[in-house]
Amino acid sequence: MRNGEPAVAVDGLVKRFGELEAVRGVELQVAAGEIFGFLGPNGAGKSTTINMLCTLLRPTSGSARVAGHDVVSERDDVRRNIGLVFQDPTLDNYLTGEQNLRFHAELYGVPRALVPERMRQVLEMVGLWDRRGDRVEIYSGGMKRRLEIARGLLHSPRVLFLDEPTVGLDPQTRSSIWDYIRRLKDAEEITIFMTTHYMDEAEFCDRIAIMDQGTIVALDTPEALKAGVGKDRVQIHTDDDGAAIEALRDRFGLEAKVAEGAVTFAVPSGEAFVPRLFAELGVPIRSVSVSRPSLDDVFMSFTGSTIRDAEGSANDWMRMAARGRR
Amino acid sequence: MGTPAPAEAGSVVRVQVPERSVRHDLRVVKIVLHRELIRFWHDKMRIVSTLVQPVLWLLVMGTGLSNLMASGGPSGEIDLKTFIFPGVCAMSVMFTAMFSAGSIVWDREFGFLREMLVAPVSRSAIVVGKCVGGATVATLQGLLIVMLAGLAGVPYDPLLLLEMIGIMFLGAFALTGFGVIMAARIKTMQSFFALMQMAMMPMMFLSGALYPLSGLPTWLSVLTRINPLTYAVDPLRQVVFAHLDVSAELERTFNPGVTWNGWVVPVWLELLIIVALGPILTAVAIWEFRRGD
Repeated sequence: MRNGEPAVAVDGLVKRFGELEAVRGVELQVAAGEIFGFLGPNGAGKSTTINMLCTLLRPTSGSARVAGHDVVSERDDVRRNIGLVFQDPTLDNYLTGEQNLRFHAELYGVPRALVPERMRQVLEMVGLWDRRGDRVEIYSGGMKRRLEIARGLLHSPRVLFLDEPTVGLDPQTRSSIWDYIRRLKDAEEITIFMTTHYMDEAEFCDRIAIMDQGTIVALDTPEALKAGVGKDRVQIHTDDDGAAIEALRDRFGLEAKVAEGAVTFAVPSGEAFVPRLFAELGVPIRSVSVSRPSLDDVFMSFTGSTIRDAEGSANDWMRMAARGRR
Repeated sequence: MGTPAPAEAGSVVRVQVPERSVRHDLRVVKIVLHRELIRFWHDKMRIVSTLVQPVLWLLVMGTGLSNLMASGGPSGEIDLKTFIFPGVCAMSVMFTAMFSAGSIVWDREFGFLREMLVAPVSRSAIVVGKCVGGATVATLQGLLIVMLAGLAGVPYDPLLLLEMIGIMFLGAFALTGFGVIMAARIKTMQSFFALMQMAMMPMMFLSGALYPLSGLPTWLSVLTRINPLTYAVDPLRQVVFAHLDVSAELERTFNPGVTWNGWVVPVWLELLIIVALGPILTAVAIWEFRRGD
């Protein structure tokens, strides 16, 4: 990969499965060294896109270059330069952690002289060096995922693809996986391309693309996306929530609802609104909090539904498409 | 390319993945084979359970039917156990080889196959590694059965053991190839076992492992001659009988060889069939894996 060339460059990428158009013309560029997040509900086309970038699926049309190589015509070159961590585990449970990595090293032709040192490095990074001699079948879910990340890094890939790296893990393990991912970015010169449907995780990315029903609906830094929503979330505790909601509607024209035990509504530049609120609401206010929009709000503003609702309908959509094909 | 690129960035060891080469392919073959051995060694239960069946055939069936023979047939100084011993060896090699091939289905179900298929390596290296690995494991299992020779009245002659192991390896290689062809398309372990039963039982019964192939009705005779396992069982029996001291009449009854329309097929030709079958079946398996790409 030459300097300045993007780590991932995607142009008009389309994937059709029979009648179903899973990916409908995706365009994006990821700079070297970025952590790039792919956000969207299940069934939005994230995994299909990532599979095309990893050379596991052939695009119906469009093109993609990863680490400077075309994913169709230079498949082996792409494969040599990427690391993969899939949604579903791909470890051999009968082998020890170390044996799994050794298998990978041989499979990728890692120069023999470098294997022990490199293996130690990646295992230490994910905190599994002491457990390397244990068979993988006794590893916990989080340990397995960490081992897979270590394995994906073993051959020093330019781009590491992580497909839902934290799905199905408990919150504590999720945050420790994120620690490793961030540490990794500092230690290795690597581009990370990941998919997730956890909003809070997307915040850790340098840039995120929001995908819905096969297309990218938004692509920017998390901050810019949130700023683009243009509204802050205001929560107030009052003596009479019902009266407060009514007053907000009548005097300010705002739709409010009770969420998390507080009257909640969205308004542009929330801090500036607070003095007016106290002056004009006419209902005693006990406390106020103003917060910047979350990625949940971003997703909502671009797709018109929360990610959880979108998940439900996307699944229905996929199911219907699958039924239609039969 | 192909040379180690030492790290400059801090203490991080940077690795450069080399271009494809024959040397790299050989490393892949070796590691796939190595994994088969590790798994075989770990799975003591499988080693024991694959031993049970041949012992049953040899001791229970062999002894039981020997009595039947003694009352009427020209048994003389030879035991039925001796007769079926080579057949039992071939059978257990076949079972182990097929099970090894079946691990591909297992790997697919548990995701490990994906790890192999996304690597920048040729499919051929993976399939060849799998076939040689399956053959090695099956031969090791066969070695355990050969150790039971004494129970069947077969002498522990080092030369005989070597010959048997050689033939078993050739047969196991072809059989693993056959198993990999079946496993290439199958998605679940259950369907693989069902298919395996369907393929192995007829192969076993039509191979001459359990009865001599002379004087059979034409239909049965034809079926046994097109069964590849026949050409692995007969050489095994030939080498066993070559180390026994039996009368010509007994030899004719128990070790009639395989005939094509009255012509006795020489052992070298039988071995040639088995030797040729291995690479042919492996090539078909490689083709199947490339197609599914």
